[in-house]
Amino acid sequence: MAITKNRSMMITATNKVEIAIVREQDVVPLRNRVKDYGVKAGMSILNQTKLITATSELVRNLLKYGGGGKVLVEEVNNGRDKGVRATFIDNGPGIADIDLAMKDGYSTGKSLGLGLPGTKRLVNEFDIKTEMGVGTTVTIIKWKNG
Amino acid sequence: MGDFLLVTIQVDLYDQLAENLESDLINTINKHNSKGVLIDISAVSIIDSFMGRILGNIAVMAKILDAQTVVVGMQPAVAITLVELGLSLNGVISALNVEKGMDLLRAKMYNGDNEEQIDDDNSDQ
Repeated sequence: MAITKNRSMMITATNKVEIAIVREQDVVPLRNRVKDYGVKAGMSILNQTKLITATSELVRNLLKYGGGGKVLVEEVNNGRDKGVRATFIDNGPGIADIDLAMKDGYSTGKSLGLGLPGTKRLVNEFDIKTEMGVGTTVTIIKWKNG
Repeated sequence: MGDFLLVTIQVDLYDQLAENLESDLINTINKHNSKGVLIDISAVSIIDSFMGRILGNIAVMAKILDAQTVVVGMQPAVAITLVELGLSLNGVISALNVEKGMDLLRAKMYNGDNEEQIDDDNSDQ
């Protein structure tokens, strides 16, 4: 099952890096890497902050619920705007009810349940695919002027 | 700083560090019988839902130990992002910078009783 927030258009991606996430400490270098990509795309401080915060939320889910995984970071260009795409891939148990997981205030853990819906508000494009027993992949894009 | 604890967060924290900060701070309040805590976050470039929750927890726990908490120096981009994320930091008192934060703590310490009196007056009317 999948939920997508996206304006479909041709996107070219370059400079892909893959970052393995196995422990909490891996979050800090990932945030820095994503920030570097945001700076390179010419993002304002505000858009950089939104992108890094979204990254931080998603990588926590990946560690907490997915048991770790990897994050792909790329520069993207849709012909009108530059941006950063981050893809969070885990091989965890998957999300049983994705509609519920996207609701504000819902959490199976002891968190506030702001992670997924809050993250979606911070980025321009948000796509989540999950399959029980296989894993979850979340893809976000923040455009420079988005 | 007398009765106040001044905490400056110099780096972006990952979750375990934030939890350590929470417990260290609460233990320190208890040890020194502090009446106020000022947390300077001007060097913090992101606050996500976890870090936001930690700040809220610190304020609530400090209150239970009879100490006031003021958070100072939040970057504008961080404030905007927090609100869009859906975190309102209820119960966390903020000030623009360290000086204003200290003024606020002092005012809260010395005028704390007056506030209650004002409330009482209102309820009588």
